[in-house]
Amino acid sequence: MAYSDRVRGVFGSQLDEIREKGLFKQERFIHSAQAADIEVEFPSGADVRKVINICANNYLGLSSHPDVVKAAHEGLDSRGYGMSSVRFICGTQDIHRQLENKMTEFLGTEDTILFPSCMDANAGVFEAVLTSDDVMISDRLVHASIIDGMRLCSAQHDTFKHSNVEHLEKKLQLHADKRLKLVINDGVYSMDGDAARLDEIAELCEKYDAMLFVDDSHASGFIGKTGRGTHEKCGVMGKVDIITTTFGKALGGASGGCVSGRKEIVEMCRQKARPYLFSNTIAPVVVSGVLKVLDILSASTERRDKLEANTAYWRKGLTEAGFVLKEGDTPIVPVMLFNAKLAQDFSRDLYEEGIYAIGFFFPVVPNGQARIRTQISAGHEINHLDKALDAFRKVGKKHGILGLSKGEIIDKYGL
Amino acid sequence: MAEMKDIVLEYVREEYMEDEDEELNYDTPLISGGIVDSFSMVSLKRFLENKYNIQIPDEKATPEAFDTVNSIVALVQEYIK
Ligand SMILES: Cc1ncc(COP(=O)(O)O)c(C=O)c1O
Repeated sequence: MAYSDRVRGVFGSQLDEIREKGLFKQERFIHSAQAADIEVEFPSGADVRKVINICANNYLGLSSHPDVVKAAHEGLDSRGYGMSSVRFICGTQDIHRQLENKMTEFLGTEDTILFPSCMDANAGVFEAVLTSDDVMISDRLVHASIIDGMRLCSAQHDTFKHSNVEHLEKKLQLHADKRLKLVINDGVYSMDGDAARLDEIAELCEKYDAMLFVDDSHASGFIGKTGRGTHEKCGVMGKVDIITTTFGKALGGASGGCVSGRKEIVEMCRQKARPYLFSNTIAPVVVSGVLKVLDILSASTERRDKLEANTAYWRKGLTEAGFVLKEGDTPIVPVMLFNAKLAQDFSRDLYEEGIYAIGFFFPVVPNGQARIRTQISAGHEINHLDKALDAFRKVGKKHGILGLSKGEIIDKYGL
Repeated sequence: MAEMKDIVLEYVREEYMEDEDEELNYDTPLISGGIVDSFSMVSLKRFLENKYNIQIPDEKATPEAFDTVNSIVALVQEYIK
């Protein structure tokens, strides 16, 4: 044993430092299935409370949908529980390939390869496709998993200001001499809920002979008229060369991800992407659930339409109540509080009112931009939203911020 | 060397600042203040190397050394012959 007191102390003092900075993360235990109404134990050991969940990525309300649960049961019965192998040895079932084909059709791409998660898709794809003769040019607010993936890749990297196409164009000119250029974006940015300007970005990519990458984790299933994603919303279906996305949010919410796009790129991933080669893929029970999700979404746009209506209702209600929101039209609706302590207090008070929503502050979002991030779902009914609006009004009034502008909130609470 | 300070300051403003009115001076913390993330620091390093015809070794290009315009200028001066 070499876990001496000294070693324990090294970690102990790092953990203390995290606590002192107010950045210590704690889990809340949910005693029910994921849904609009959940039962939560928080803090650990406290009585379980029934609360309305407005912070899940369960955008389409499919996480516990009876048809999805039933399909998963059937998959479990017919294909078993585990594969005990990576894909290319003996870990690929017919349903894995079926899911890849269905995703290809759903996203309007050429081919698809599954990964254990979207984090793994992003960790594997860049290294599999690019070399040191190439450059990755990424938006400055892309997801952490993309940043990790780029770190693993020997291509040069550069960044452009968030959603700033003029700055992107300068970078494309600067890197004109590279063998391959890849422009990297999130489809919808999860902190602010804004969508990438993919129409303009795709045009630049064509002009400068660059490939286009989009992580559509917060879009697949509900953004665009038929829910195909940000490329549908922006009218550039067929023009995005690499899409990564997750099955862990709108598409049933269990786990898993994929890379979908040009067939040579997908084939390169099948030959070279390390998380695909060296880790088990999605379990058969989950694959069966996602197949059902895609059936539901291909048959009708009812759920994404309801989500859109719920989102509009929620935004209108909060605006009329006098909150400062981030502009946008996605189901990610940040309620801006600017001050970190206020965001924490606000979240705690909402919980007392039976509403589960989390405060975000530096370093997750920039300093002085603390907020409550709310996420709307097709699983919410109007009465859920009305109850949540009542709670926001009550807590907003308690803190005296209703009707205040950004400047007035900052004057009152500081940054 | 006042000139180099202003060149670096101008580059940082152009390349990293979202908001023209945001305060930026020679001692504004860039990395610890969240203006420049460690990933985007690469373009700043490349700019300095091209502009002043120098090579800054990766192990010297630390977030601390790049944290303010003043510290960047001090670093660059070590490598200008
Ligand atoms: C933009 C984005 N990409 C990737 C991921 C990771 O997805 P997964 O849970 O499938 O690893 C997330 C999840 O937080 C995300 O928001």
